[in-house]
Amino acid sequence: MTTTTTRIERHHYDVVVIGAGGAGLRAAIEARLAGKKTAIISKSLFGKAHTVMAEGGAAAAMGNVNSRDNWQVHFRDTMRGGKFLNNFRMAELHAKEAPQRIWELETYGALFDRTKDGKISQRNFGGHEYPRLAHVGDRTGLELIRTLQQKIVSMQQEDKRTHGSYDARIRVFDETTITELLLDGDRVAGAFGYYRESGEFILFEAPAVVLATGGVGRSYKVTSNSWEYTGDGHALALRAGATLINMEFLQFHPTGMVWPPSVKGILVTESVRGDGGILKNSEGKRFMFDYVPDVFRKQYAETEEEADRWYTDPDNNRRPPELLPRDEVARAINSEVKAGRGTPAGGVFLDIASRLPAEEIRRRLPSMHHQFKGLADVDITKEPMEVGPTCHYVMGGIEVDPDSSAAYGSVRGLFAAGEVSGGMHGSNRLGGNSLSDLLVFGKRAGGHASTYVDQLAARPRVAVSTVETAVETALAPLQRDTGENPYTLQQDLQAVMGDLVGIIRRENELEDALGRLAELRERVAKVSAAGGRRYNPGWHLALDLRNMLVVSECTAKAALERRESRGGHTREDFPTMDPQWRRINLVCSLEGDTVRLDRKPLPKIRTELLNLFDRAELAKYLTDEELAEFDALAAADAAATEAAAAAATAAATAAGADTGAGAAEKENR
Amino acid sequence: MGTKRQFRIWRGDADGGDLQDYTVEVNEGEVVLDVIHRLQATEAPDLACRWNCKAGKCGSCSMEINGMPKLGCMARMSTFEENETITVTPLRTFPVIRDLVTDVSFNYEKARETPAFAPPADLAPGDYRMQQVDVERSQEFRKCIECFLCQTVCHVIRDHDENKPAFSGPRYFIRAAELDMHPLDAKSDRKEYAQSEQGLGFCNITKCCTEVCPEHIKITDNGIIPMKERVVDRRYDPLVWLGSKIFRRGQVPQTFVTSEHSPGAVRSHAPSGGTHSHAGGSHDVKSETQAQQGVNWHREVPKPTAPAVDASGRLPLTELTFDRAAAPSPFGDDVTFPLPPEHLNFAHPEQDEKH
Ligand SMILES: Cc1cc2nc3c(=O)[nH]c(=O)nc-3n(C[C@H](O)[C@H](O)[C@H](O)COP(=O)(O)OP(=O)(O)OC[C@H]3O[C@@H](n4cnc5c(N)ncnc54)[C@H](O)[C@@H]3O)c2cc1C
Ligand code: SF4
Ligand code: SF4
Ligand code: FES
Repeated sequence: MTTTTTRIERHHYDVVVIGAGGAGLRAAIEARLAGKKTAIISKSLFGKAHTVMAEGGAAAAMGNVNSRDNWQVHFRDTMRGGKFLNNFRMAELHAKEAPQRIWELETYGALFDRTKDGKISQRNFGGHEYPRLAHVGDRTGLELIRTLQQKIVSMQQEDKRTHGSYDARIRVFDETTITELLLDGDRVAGAFGYYRESGEFILFEAPAVVLATGGVGRSYKVTSNSWEYTGDGHALALRAGATLINMEFLQFHPTGMVWPPSVKGILVTESVRGDGGILKNSEGKRFMFDYVPDVFRKQYAETEEEADRWYTDPDNNRRPPELLPRDEVARAINSEVKAGRGTPAGGVFLDIASRLPAEEIRRRLPSMHHQFKGLADVDITKEPMEVGPTCHYVMGGIEVDPDSSAAYGSVRGLFAAGEVSGGMHGSNRLGGNSLSDLLVFGKRAGGHASTYVDQLAARPRVAVSTVETAVETALAPLQRDTGENPYTLQQDLQAVMGDLVGIIRRENELEDALGRLAELRERVAKVSAAGGRRYNPGWHLALDLRNMLVVSECTAKAALERRESRGGHTREDFPTMDPQWRRINLVCSLEGDTVRLDRKPLPKIRTELLNLFDRAELAKYLTDEELAEFDALAAADAAATEAAAAAATAAATAAGADTGAGAAEKENR
Repeated sequence: MGTKRQFRIWRGDADGGDLQDYTVEVNEGEVVLDVIHRLQATEAPDLACRWNCKAGKCGSCSMEINGMPKLGCMARMSTFEENETITVTPLRTFPVIRDLVTDVSFNYEKARETPAFAPPADLAPGDYRMQQVDVERSQEFRKCIECFLCQTVCHVIRDHDENKPAFSGPRYFIRAAELDMHPLDAKSDRKEYAQSEQGLGFCNITKCCTEVCPEHIKITDNGIIPMKERVVDRRYDPLVWLGSKIFRRGQVPQTFVTSEHSPGAVRSHAPSGGTHSHAGGSHDVKSETQAQQGVNWHREVPKPTAPAVDASGRLPLTELTFDRAAAPSPFGDDVTFPLPPEHLNFAHPEQDEKH
């Protein structure tokens, strides 16, 4: 084996960032600014990561459009969206720091759309109380990633001037896949992977690794996610001894394209519904009125007439039910299709053609018009679109320390940010909160990884034997020719997840899924890939499969365990939200080869943050016990203020206003 | 319900390869990338091809379909004839890695050489104020998804590796233009840089790049031409202006002093090197009066240079994708005759005496 190991290209870095999406790039910028020698690794070309596809915008309470917006309101919206399962500290940091992160992008050269007074314009989006999403038309993700990419280039140009080489302090390794994290005891010592182009192996020795690898959507057939989303980061972290939380929560976007088959899953933006688009079943019925859950009954219209009036007069009418939260709409569409009232392609109709003049549609939804014309040859000004739910985002991910983004579990020197980390979004993510999440926690992860490196007494070392094992594992699929084609296995995995661990889950189906995943595990262990090592997608997929598999197991296990419905997790057998379950995070770890599931109490939210909500709202989420505690605190608070006021008046009458008020204030502290 | 279609796909690597025939099932509504994926899942699991978004947003799946550079995910099968054989080849301008995957590092190198945004020194984050109308021009260029289709189609480098060091290509011309038009960029020499370092002068505005751009960015009209125009404004010189439209790096006009060149010699160079491709016409008052004042024969005059030629010493006229059978007009396709008077390289003999 030494012959293979000697041919391995070796690099030494202070911080290795795996992932070149928004989170990874922001982390790398921060590490390099902290003076660390930084590497960025990405499976695809530089600037093509998933972030490029985000459309709507990045949420930050800058208050440019409505000055009443501030971090408290944003925090509240985020917690509501996540049904209070969010890690409150992450939601708080996110709401507080997002504006700075967005403004910072302007100094890197970003050009957001503007308000009349020249500030960054902000748009309305589902779940956000005020217009809050900084945007550039419907290509905000592209702007974000290009800006960060260009910032990195500018730092490289600086390095070229001072050190003579672009790569002196920050280098991008594109089309490079990391297959293993290497440890020295419980400390991260490096990362091992291969160049996709040549199939040659590469070893990074580094004391700190930031994971920013994105999501897991490729385990589903109908998804808005790309081939990159095989849950690599989730799996790498597990194998290194870190833990995952909230893996049962997946966001299914209600409107993905379902026809033609080739584009199945591709996103149809929420704005279509916001601008008047309605959902109809094959009988022509506008069915969303039948699916308004009780908790929302008060805010949503009951008749078509009222719903239609809302678009022009939102103050005096209730919202159309098409604008319910993503999880509700996705479930409704799913039920219609299951009841046999779906379209031929297995979706429902989204109709804007009969609602707005053609001119208006083209003006308001240029890219959707273009997308349907280009991909489906459908003119949305004349025909309805066919849409159905598509797997969009994973709320679950690596359990991290909210302030430092350091992974929990037994490993040290591992950090995570972006979609791969968990906790921030609770059980459901609000649109636009991801892009800002990437920036806020990307920066934090990069910064804290650098601090971690600084305080290390000695560099962890990579053991030769671990590298040899990594090489063997990576080469195994190429050396076998008896196993199955990786594409077949991927399809089978997608079928299991889509059919049995999809939008609506049932106990027996989840049990069935776990059985099938165990069978698939055997088959994946024997997968074989034809061809050689140079740019061989079959081999690449064969290596990704085991990651997809272990992450799918986490999702299925957690989904079976959580006996309630909340946000991105719907159990047909337990259809309501259960306040007791709100206090519990399900934590996955790896024990040998098998996934282990533990319950862990949610960190307790600080009182001043809890006080941002009114009691009626908290009553929907909290247990009676917690409510009693909240009431007791509130009562004590009220008593204290009353007492203070009384003391002040008493003191004032006794000893004159000036000194008395001061004394009362002191007492009160 | 699928039909069988004929495909010829280039398979091979840096050492060579050839077109291989495949018969693939194609279903309604599919695009070329779907066909590639079907092949990967069946006959050819190791067929190499880049892709990410499948929605024309990431610019990964660039390939040449029947010789035309396109995004595989946006090339609908219904746009081809039922019985047509569809030929898919890798981008021709870049070295092949394997099958449809090429080494596009050329582009990233050029990106790295283009000076980055220079933030204004006196503005804190959050204090940037810009009007929508002012950012829109740059925003058009920021739509670029870096598919490099414009780069592969550009004849200056398509079959001319030797031009690559000196020529950044349309993608990076519009990057320079974008920064030039950025309301708050603190660097002021973007155009000069494009001319002297990026090889803007190689471009003779054939507009092939604009034609293939999947984002419909008006690369030439809104990016390249304004950059050229204003560079010309600053260095306006009616005599050699034509000749300097195309030159190589290192032969940038100001580096030559032509006091010992006879005007005749300069003039005789002009026709061979002149590819006039000026579309609109510059309406700079200064240059106009200068033109009217005639030519000062004693000033420093840049030496015109010959256009880029291929190995055989001929002009490159071989664009597969060019929409005409012959070479483009040496004056540029968008020039109408007669030319505006201020662009004419002519001074009346008595003009000087009047002043
Ligand atoms: C169609 C669509 C629209 C969206 N719209 C919005 C929106 O409007 N607003 C919003 O806030 N969010 C939106 N989202 C969600 C958001 O885009 C993503 O959650 C976010 O971009 C994830 O960013 P990231 O930095 O975590 O990872 P990514 O940008 O996905 O990057 C992951 C990186 O990790 C690399 N990587 C992965 N595995 C490995 C490995 N093994 N080795 C090396 N590198 C690896 C990849 O190559 C890639 O560079 C949208 C998502 C989709 C799909
Ligand atoms: S106009 Fe023609 S020569 Fe100029 S950059 Fe575009 S393709 Fe190249
Ligand atoms: S300018 Fe257009 S063709 Fe060129 S790389 Fe950008 S998107 Fe592609
Ligand atoms: S796959 Fe992204 S542009 Fe074609």
